[in-house]
Amino acid sequence: MSSHNESIIREPLVTGKDITYAKVTDDILLPVENKPNKAWWIGFTLAALGALLWVFSVGYTFWTGIGAWGLNKTVGWAWDITDFVWWVGIGHAGTLISAVLLIFRQNWRNSINRSAEAMTIFAVICAATYVVAHMGRPWLAYWIFPLPNQFGSLWVNFNSPLVWDAFAISTYFTVSLVFWYCGLLPDIASVRDRAAGLKRRIYSIMSFGWNGSVKTWQRFEIVSLILAGISTPLVLSVHTIVSMDFATSVIPGWHTTIFPPYFVAGAIFSGFAMVQTLLLVMRKVLNFENYITMFHIESMNKIILATGSIVGIAYLTELFIAWYSGSEYEMYAFANRIAGPYWWAYWTMMTCNVISPQLFWFKRIRTSIPISWVLSIVVNIGMWFERFVIIVTSLHRDYLPSSWAMFYPSWVDVGVFVGSVGVFFTLFLLFLRFLPGIAIAEVKLLLKSASLQQKSKLIKEGHLDGEQVEFFRNTLTKYDSVSEDEINELETK
Amino acid sequence: MSNIKYILGSFADPDEMMDGIDKLQANNISIYDCFTPMPIHGIEAKLGVKPSRLPIAAFCFGITGTCLGFSLLYYTMTYDWPMNIGGKPSLPLPAFVPVTFEVTILLCALGMVATFFFRNHLFPGRAPRVMDLRATDDRFIIAIDAKDNADHEKIESLLKLAGAVEVKYNERKYVSYE
Repeated sequence: MSSHNESIIREPLVTGKDITYAKVTDDILLPVENKPNKAWWIGFTLAALGALLWVFSVGYTFWTGIGAWGLNKTVGWAWDITDFVWWVGIGHAGTLISAVLLIFRQNWRNSINRSAEAMTIFAVICAATYVVAHMGRPWLAYWIFPLPNQFGSLWVNFNSPLVWDAFAISTYFTVSLVFWYCGLLPDIASVRDRAAGLKRRIYSIMSFGWNGSVKTWQRFEIVSLILAGISTPLVLSVHTIVSMDFATSVIPGWHTTIFPPYFVAGAIFSGFAMVQTLLLVMRKVLNFENYITMFHIESMNKIILATGSIVGIAYLTELFIAWYSGSEYEMYAFANRIAGPYWWAYWTMMTCNVISPQLFWFKRIRTSIPISWVLSIVVNIGMWFERFVIIVTSLHRDYLPSSWAMFYPSWVDVGVFVGSVGVFFTLFLLFLRFLPGIAIAEVKLLLKSASLQQKSKLIKEGHLDGEQVEFFRNTLTKYDSVSEDEINELETK
Repeated sequence: MSNIKYILGSFADPDEMMDGIDKLQANNISIYDCFTPMPIHGIEAKLGVKPSRLPIAAFCFGITGTCLGFSLLYYTMTYDWPMNIGGKPSLPLPAFVPVTFEVTILLCALGMVATFFFRNHLFPGRAPRVMDLRATDDRFIIAIDAKDNADHEKIESLLKLAGAVEVKYNERKYVSYE
């Protein structure tokens, strides 16, 4: 049944008064069915300028070759791979929210999964551009796939994690895209049935003829569940394989068995930070405060805290093992990270990833929107520096002191990175303009079980334990979308 | 003979729609289908819709992926052109795990979704077959074949009794065609 009564001590996932199924559709489709506001245009213009910078920088790279970047013979991998791992990591939160939280029946995912999945897809697109760009000759990119060829059928080397990566990233992108689009079908149908003219035709094509019959919904739910089930190991495998690009090498600082779990935790950490960065702005600009509530924000901050702590433990374990192994080279790599010429990068990473997320132990900070937003950006910066530290500091002082070098980015490096952020935001803003940013059908599922309206109704009927109602009222105080009057109304006599 | 093809009971609340299904079934009135803006849990059991066999399809596609992935690796690395790469064996089973796994997932996902689209006639550009345009917004629709169930007044009264906000008599099956 759609309306089993949920325990009163659980926080509401949808707030607001007089919410009906029609109002949910109206609220969520508001930005899709109307002309965008000024905030959207400002954001889109900035993002599009960034995207242009990307086109120019990548075009310049392809025209002149990899020499356009600041690489030298000692540091042969730098910003490009840093940015690649950063974007792939960001992408992971979307899959985590849509797949892992679905399996664990965390209903709060229902209102954030759509935008998080969109974020995944755009982040993986950005990541993939770096893979192609760093090949130097992008027109030969198909060489990473095992195609019959004219070199006497010389196949790719399947012992190499770089080849695994090509398979992992392309599978991940395809499966994420399919998952996202299947979830979009019922919502595109909602837009279609309310639109007219050309708009209706376009959404009609995109809706694949969805009609919401019993059998469609039944199969839809099975498909979602199985896709979630296979995406969960997939997302773990993807970042494990990314970490193996480093871990299977023999470079001190890279050759560590801790890398796979440590990279996966870091990926979830940075991904949730990016979701937080995006959603805090989105809920404000698009008036989604009743759907993306303080409960969602606080839950995500808790995940950032948990994964940030895992990452912190991993950093310390790495240091300990470097010392405990007795390997001179390993120990030097870490001493050089901490106190070498890149000490500032290491300590930026430590501060942003290990120390600042610990602030989320305080409820006041966890439930403060401005602080959460700033800290989420701090985490994004920290996670970029983590990859930079791992990649550049392990390479820049190799076994021959005569070839020790520093890495200095060229304007092209900076342009490609800043530009990719522009590409990402351009895609994300276009998504918010043309597709529902919240899964409408899934939010409707919550209306008669987890909404404040339903819970208020239960309280007013008055068969509930007074202590539990009091607890429920106290949890409401943190919500910025619930007024004091609404809380007072629930007072039990 | 009237031209009415389908009677639609339009509900504003999913529980009332479920009640409507019970009332109609108690009076031996067959239900053609229901159209809802969100999945309704438990409706399949009520309407006697069999459980989906998609998990079986997903498994078959997945296992096919495993075989194809492994065959590709075996053919290229071991059979067609075995190479000495750092003295490693030409059948390095642990190194085969990641790619075999990825191909399994890829084929499972694509195959299952393709089956879903095929069975439900979903593909880009297919004309939507919608009986009531608000079924994707805020109405829960029970559709009843008007030719098979002759007593229209009784159907209307049962639907109204269950809480239907509107009862429609459609002369066309689908309203979505232009």
